[in-house]
Amino acid sequence: MGEKVLMKGNEAIAEGAILADCRHFFGYPITPQNEIPEYMSRRMPEVGGVFLQAESEVAGSNMVYGAACAGARVMTTSSSPGISLMQEAISYVAGAELPCVFVNIVRGGPGLGGIQGSQADYFQATKGGGHGDYKLIVLAPASVQELMDLTVEAFDLADMYRNPVLLLGDAILGQMMEPVVIRERAKVDLPPKTWATTGAKGRPKNVITSLSLDPAKLEEHNLSLAEKYARISNEQVRYMTYMADDAETLLVAYGTSARIAQAAIDMARERGLKVGLFRPISLWPFPYDALQLTAQGSLRVLVVEMSLGQMVEDVRLATGNSKSVHFYGRTGGMTPTPREVLNEIERIVEEGI
Amino acid sequence: MQEEVIFAGFGGQGVLLIGQLVTYAGMIEGANVSWMPSYGPEMRGGTANCTVVVSSREVSSPLVVEPTSLIALNKPSLDKFTPWVKPGGLIIYNSSLIESLPERTDVRVLAVPANEVANEIGDIRIANMVALGAYLATTRAVGCNTVLDAMKKVLPERRHNLIPLNRQALARGIEIASVWHSRDQGEVSGAQ
Amino acid sequence: MKQVFGRPETLTSVPTHYCPGCTHGIIHRLIAEVIDELGVREKTIGISPVGCAVLAYDYFNCDFVEASHGRAPAVATGIKRTLPDSVVFCYQGDGDLASIGAAEIIHAATRGEKITVIFVNNAIYGMTGGQMAPTTLPGQKTTTSPRGRNVESAGYPIRVAELLSSLSGVAYIARVSATSPANVTKAKRAVKKAFETQINGKGFSLVEFLSTCPINWGMSPLEAMKWVDDKMSVYYPLGDYTRVPEVG
Ligand SMILES: Cc1ncc(C[n+]2csc(CCOP(=O)(O)OP(=O)(O)O)c2C)c(N)n1
Ligand code: SF4
Ligand SMILES: [Mg+2]
Repeated sequence: MGEKVLMKGNEAIAEGAILADCRHFFGYPITPQNEIPEYMSRRMPEVGGVFLQAESEVAGSNMVYGAACAGARVMTTSSSPGISLMQEAISYVAGAELPCVFVNIVRGGPGLGGIQGSQADYFQATKGGGHGDYKLIVLAPASVQELMDLTVEAFDLADMYRNPVLLLGDAILGQMMEPVVIRERAKVDLPPKTWATTGAKGRPKNVITSLSLDPAKLEEHNLSLAEKYARISNEQVRYMTYMADDAETLLVAYGTSARIAQAAIDMARERGLKVGLFRPISLWPFPYDALQLTAQGSLRVLVVEMSLGQMVEDVRLATGNSKSVHFYGRTGGMTPTPREVLNEIERIVEEGI
Repeated sequence: MQEEVIFAGFGGQGVLLIGQLVTYAGMIEGANVSWMPSYGPEMRGGTANCTVVVSSREVSSPLVVEPTSLIALNKPSLDKFTPWVKPGGLIIYNSSLIESLPERTDVRVLAVPANEVANEIGDIRIANMVALGAYLATTRAVGCNTVLDAMKKVLPERRHNLIPLNRQALARGIEIASVWHSRDQGEVSGAQ
Repeated sequence: MKQVFGRPETLTSVPTHYCPGCTHGIIHRLIAEVIDELGVREKTIGISPVGCAVLAYDYFNCDFVEASHGRAPAVATGIKRTLPDSVVFCYQGDGDLASIGAAEIIHAATRGEKITVIFVNNAIYGMTGGQMAPTTLPGQKTTTSPRGRNVESAGYPIRVAELLSSLSGVAYIARVSATSPANVTKAKRAVKKAFETQINGKGFSLVEFLSTCPINWGMSPLEAMKWVDDKMSVYYPLGDYTRVPEVG
């Protein structure tokens, strides 16, 4: 195990990508993730990789498309408005089944919005921000260590399933510093990229396209994607719990809000309230079954988000009508405080709802 | 132990750096730590701040809205963050730039003439270190020597020649705090 | 009586957020003076970019629209095609205009859109903290070209005035700076000519300003002015780039 180093979240993502043998990075500046391209502009030449500042996110994400076609481990990073511009390429890479990694260090929206942390891009990330029937694997880290570890894993998942992976962070995670242990990378057996367009030397030509004019063929393609998505849903559900065993009130939160929720839970426990946390780490596939099971023993559920309430819809899908599901959120780049969350816990407990 | 502190000041006063030093030192000492800066265009010429958590427990929320300590190097920061400080907490302010006292009676308040002291030592840029010294002596959040170790990690190699100067500044800050402790601490500690 | 040093009516009294020594403020003032002098404030609509001038709508006392990054010329097109008698101007930085918005500016220009674009070239991304711009000079250090812009990997800076001047829809195009009283006088003349070109229905007009960013260049305001004169104006020569449009 390596030495502990203090790192900014954004830098941990960049270094994680280097650790994962990503040698191609295309990006365009946008706050609050500028540290990633800045780090890459220094670091990539040191490891013989490619750093290129694209002229826009539209171009940058299509450079990702190209590098992925050529078989590279490739990443681009941005923040909300930039990710919106990437939706076209995201739909194309999903359709063409290209492994690549996108990172969204989310900021407050809609429109130009602000530059403070937010979780208002959950729908865009998990429900298909671009056109067509597709899914991204969406991972939601909650610490700088996880930012690095999940970035490393994202590349393996992408290669394993030939699917784009989106790391969904927020400005707080990107900007904060925490100790990180740079771990030895676990070796994963990955399928060779026989489909890559590297030149048809000694093999039949490879074509990568998402065009399919015959609707029957396109449906077939969609069904095979669906099969893959079902496989991912079986194999890649990730979550964590905190004091959930005896929780009468179960908080559900991811990323930064999960940490705030955890602070609120500690305060609530000091007051003798039985409160726990369920933290989805894979937002797609969403841990529906695990959440349903965890929530079974509790009386109520409180979802905490830095948005007007987006994941709460998936929580309701998971728990069905059997539970009362409450929501507490701040939006526009505001962050709920642990005390606010505690007040909400106390309110719903007192009212017995 | 859970120390939650806000370091705040003008853009160029080095508040992000002293916050990082405390964070790094906490990590070296085996504590759980986090550092969260203000960022973006407001940093230009305006105010900068960072919040640092040093804790014996896992750091849950990296955001701090009820700090146990505030180190304010300019007036706008003092005005902004004074109401946030936990009752019984600590406010250290740069009395070289701030004339009026913070309007709180339920916290401990220490005035540090950071700019004057830094100028006496011979470099205005180390005013932040004077304030940091006073903070370390008052809270013992992390050890002073560990901060010096952290400095070697945080400062780029070419600036290591500045470490002795920084050490001097820290020492002066510590001295100011000790004088204050032996004089005032008895009567104010009731507020804790 | 005409006040000479007062605030133009087209500027508000809101203090700007620009850094000391940044010429964004001077450029605002020149535009406002020209709008005052042409008496068109009440039919002018400005479009602000995404960049340091994003808040221009607070500083100009006329109708204003904030566009998404690089799209100001498209937004301006929509406005002008709806209100042909209005005066529409875009205010754009180099990242906004020459990088992410390269397509929009070229097509607005080639369509001969009757709008005026004020292009502020400071060879850097100011707003986001000093990354490389499409106009960053070869060898210039920025936060994403830490070893200096390498033309092998990052390509060459774009000369916007020269590039657009080849398009037949362009009726007036010039490059100016604001580094001395003499240059400011010339710059104002260019801005006025650009607005007049629009008002007279002649076609697309653009004025490129070589502008300072002392903060991200790591220079004092004076050094920054000198750098514009000594370095930028060499790569980007000042002058009128209008070509007589060929009629097809
Ligand atoms: C789609 C999108 N991508 C990126 C950004 C981030 N961004 C804000 S301003 C800016 C560049 C500003 O540079 P420039 O246009 O040269 O203007 P300056 O600040 O230098 O005046 C960028 C990349 C954004 N807001 N939206
Ligand atoms: S960052 Fe640069 S362009 Fe922006 S206001 Fe400051 S000096 Fe001007
Ligand atoms: Mg610029």
